[in-house]
Amino acid sequence: MSPRAAARLESLGFTQLFDYVDGKMDWFANDLPAEGELPDAPYLGQIARRDVPTCRLGDGIGSVREQVHARGWDRCVVVDENGLALGLLESETLAEQADGDASAEAVMTPGPTTFRPNVPVAEIVHAMHENELDGVLVTTSGGKLVGYVSREDAQQAIRDSGRAEADGSREHGASRR
Amino acid sequence: MMVKAIDRDEVCRLLERGAQLVEVLPSKEYRDQHLPGAIHVPLDTLDREAPARLRRDRPIIVYCYDTQ
Repeated sequence: MSPRAAARLESLGFTQLFDYVDGKMDWFANDLPAEGELPDAPYLGQIARRDVPTCRLGDGIGSVREQVHARGWDRCVVVDENGLALGLLESETLAEQADGDASAEAVMTPGPTTFRPNVPVAEIVHAMHENELDGVLVTTSGGKLVGYVSREDAQQAIRDSGRAEADGSREHGASRR
Repeated sequence: MMVKAIDRDEVCRLLERGAQLVEVLPSKEYRDQHLPGAIHVPLDTLDREAPARLRRDRPIIVYCYDTQ
């Protein structure tokens, strides 16, 4: 839509034109400020762990496992050269793979479930519980990895937002006395 | 075409220089969430509203949802 808008503005004689092609999803995915009427509930882009380990399709599972564990993680996202999320190496896979020569591509879970950064955390907590997901990948609509949200982090974010809301109510009540 | 594609960092730099930030999505999308200071000029009313609301002597940054 923005390219069309830019083209229309150009035809109207405007000259200093710029198109922020990645749009507001890119902005919010990087936890930058927003204005608007959406409730102040957390959304995935705010809590996604951007330091989730990544590897490439051809990487050997043995070296991947070493690097993942050295960083304190137990899973890894398989990405291409453009950062597109292609698969997930689950903790069980990394633990079970005795053959260190297998490639990430051979043992990964392809096409993992992904969510957009602007999805409220509350919406996916139930889905994670129903589908017994330990966590989900957060990507842009183009499939580029933003980060990883574990079920624990999602639940904690909900608890924290509930406390923040309660504190806000108490403060508001106090100011009325 | 004189339109330049920019990234987030360039958006910030242009805003510091007084650029006009314009969201072109429909009203609900704008109302829900938009970049701070963004003007709302929906695509379907752009022809009518832009000449009246946007300055020609300052850079204009347009954006929508994402690349799709």
